[in-house]
Amino acid sequence: MSATGETPKPADAAVVVGETTSVGRSGPFRLRRLASWEALLALVLLGLVGLGAATSPKVFLTPGNFSNLTAAVMEVAIMALPMTLIIIVGDIDLSVESMLGLASAVLGFLWAEGVPLEVGIPVVLLMGAAGGLFNGLLVARGGLPSLVVTLGTLALFRGLALVVLGPRGISKFPEAFTDFGFGTVPGTPIPWPLVVFTVIAVVLGVVLHRTWIGRQVFAAGKNKDAARYSGVRVQRMRIALFVLSGTIAAFAGVILTARFASARADAGQGMTLTVVTIVLLGGVSINGGRGTILGVVLAAFTLAVLGNVLRLANVSAELQSIATGLLLILSVVIPSVARQVSSAIGRARRDRRPPVATAEPGEVQSLI
Amino acid sequence: MAAETAARTGPGAGARIAGAVARQRELSLAGLMVVMAAFVALQAPNFLSASNLTQVTVVASIIAIAAVGQALVILTRNVDLSVESMMGLVAFVVADLLKFHVLPAPAAIAVGVGLGLLLGVTNGFLVAVLRVPSIVATLGTLSIYRGLDFLIAGGKQVTLGDLPAGYTDPARATVLGIPVFVLIAVAIVVFVALVLRQTRAGRRIYAVGSNPEAAAILGIRSGVVVFGVFTACGLLAGVAGVMWGMNYGTINATAATGVTLQVVAAVVVGGVNINGGSGTVIGAGLGALFLGLISNSLILLRLSQFWLQAIYGAVILVAVSLDAFLLRGLRRAALARRAR
Repeated sequence: MSATGETPKPADAAVVVGETTSVGRSGPFRLRRLASWEALLALVLLGLVGLGAATSPKVFLTPGNFSNLTAAVMEVAIMALPMTLIIIVGDIDLSVESMLGLASAVLGFLWAEGVPLEVGIPVVLLMGAAGGLFNGLLVARGGLPSLVVTLGTLALFRGLALVVLGPRGISKFPEAFTDFGFGTVPGTPIPWPLVVFTVIAVVLGVVLHRTWIGRQVFAAGKNKDAARYSGVRVQRMRIALFVLSGTIAAFAGVILTARFASARADAGQGMTLTVVTIVLLGGVSINGGRGTILGVVLAAFTLAVLGNVLRLANVSAELQSIATGLLLILSVVIPSVARQVSSAIGRARRDRRPPVATAEPGEVQSLI
Repeated sequence: MAAETAARTGPGAGARIAGAVARQRELSLAGLMVVMAAFVALQAPNFLSASNLTQVTVVASIIAIAAVGQALVILTRNVDLSVESMMGLVAFVVADLLKFHVLPAPAAIAVGVGLGLLLGVTNGFLVAVLRVPSIVATLGTLSIYRGLDFLIAGGKQVTLGDLPAGYTDPARATVLGIPVFVLIAVAIVVFVALVLRQTRAGRRIYAVGSNPEAAAILGIRSGVVVFGVFTACGLLAGVAGVMWGMNYGTINATAATGVTLQVVAAVVVGGVNINGGSGTVIGAGLGALFLGLISNSLILLRLSQFWLQAIYGAVILVAVSLDAFLLRGLRRAALARRAR
């Protein structure tokens, strides 16, 4: 009895050691994880591209289609980047879609009142930061669960957007502005929002995986108390991440307004689901402490190509929303089932071998 | 205010007041509603008309029934974001069955409630068996169930004229002047409150929510409890969905969109701790009535309905902030007592 009780210990210790090194300086180049989730995503992405090329060869591989399929998800993809950090630290921000709508509404309102966009856009971004600060203060200083706080601001920000703009839509934006939304970098099929996304992804990727700030984010996500006792200002970091999330959500609102050439209070309704789906599909743990920007970027493109392939195959929007929901659940179920299976296999292997062979002879015998 | 009192009379008094408010949450909420109702009645006398009161309480009853299910889920430290999609799907399926005369009304209602149960079982399976965190699982089913709804409805709607004569009557019927829907909601609230208070299953829900480790040591299988509350939540969402269809008559695939927020708000306002383990379904029911009262007041006081969404958000934030504040007061009181 005592012998079988001791045998799992070395394995558990190995897992813990593996996890602590993964938080450490090995950063995104954790070969074992790279060999699993990110590689799997890249394979799925390649498979989907192949499927698209096979089913609608005349349309799928054109530069125009590339612009369309990337531009269609850029707002959610951009919001998924700060959401990645927020979920790694163990929080969640459900209010991003409403901040996007509020930003669109306020930008439209200011434009309709004759305020130039050079003033309107910074005002909207500041408002995003303020909204994020509000979330962050309630969560970090007020000690309230982020799920409920941001569910509240999900309604609050959307309500304010409706109060500001009502049911009307504002259009007639200058061409230079709307070009930013659906134009491409001259001579290439790269939409401008993709440039923005790439810049934010690179900056956040470097910060998260290559700097002490990123290591503190992972540390806080693994164990808030341990991180605090090691000198990490956990609460200040959480507030900063919510401010970042609010600002970027407002910026996504600016992009959406430019892309549709129209400002509406109901812009982006339901986007939070897609944002969270991208982050979790990217291999970020909903319990915090684990995830990479690379995975999230791959997940964003996977979702973009999937949506495009389904659209080209004339699959209805309803089925697409079912597919998104399924993908969200599967992205959590598959790794957890895989973990259970592999640990079951490991246990079976250990049970087959005589216990003395696996355990450190001196140590275990002394324990017995 | 409470802090000032505390400063003057020592640490005990303010904390004691906070504790009293926290313990008598249902009573405080009811008191607040009476004050609000009196104010609205003075400004807009038709608030007290029978037709207005019926309308307010009937809609609140539907939200209250869904809120009872949500309260059970939140008591176990989970959340069910898919409530609105379950209600919408059930409402449409029942209306569609009646429109094409597939089933007589009682059978169609039974199918609707059964469908709610099945959707709840699916959520419970995902959370309790596959161990998907409830927020992820129900965010997923929120869009899956709504997608199914759109798939079945296909852009069409069922109007009042498609339904059998007299089917929507229960939504307007009264017994001794009290709407039938209110009686149903009160019966469900009281029944579930009794189950929670008096039965072993009820106490287990609180045990799992307040301290999962301790509950496990006591031999409570939290998986079974969590599965049970999600199933109950689906069942009650099914009942609420059927009643939604009866009340509105005209149903399309977007029915009950946005209701999850109201339901969670009702539960939180009603004093159920969002971290699980404490709160009552009576509070959740009163919370639903409170939200209905706010919505009705906006209409009667001729304020823009656009404010409603913002106010619901603010109500959630105020309620959770107040809870945290009162909880700190209670802790301080307990510490002070121990120090003495």
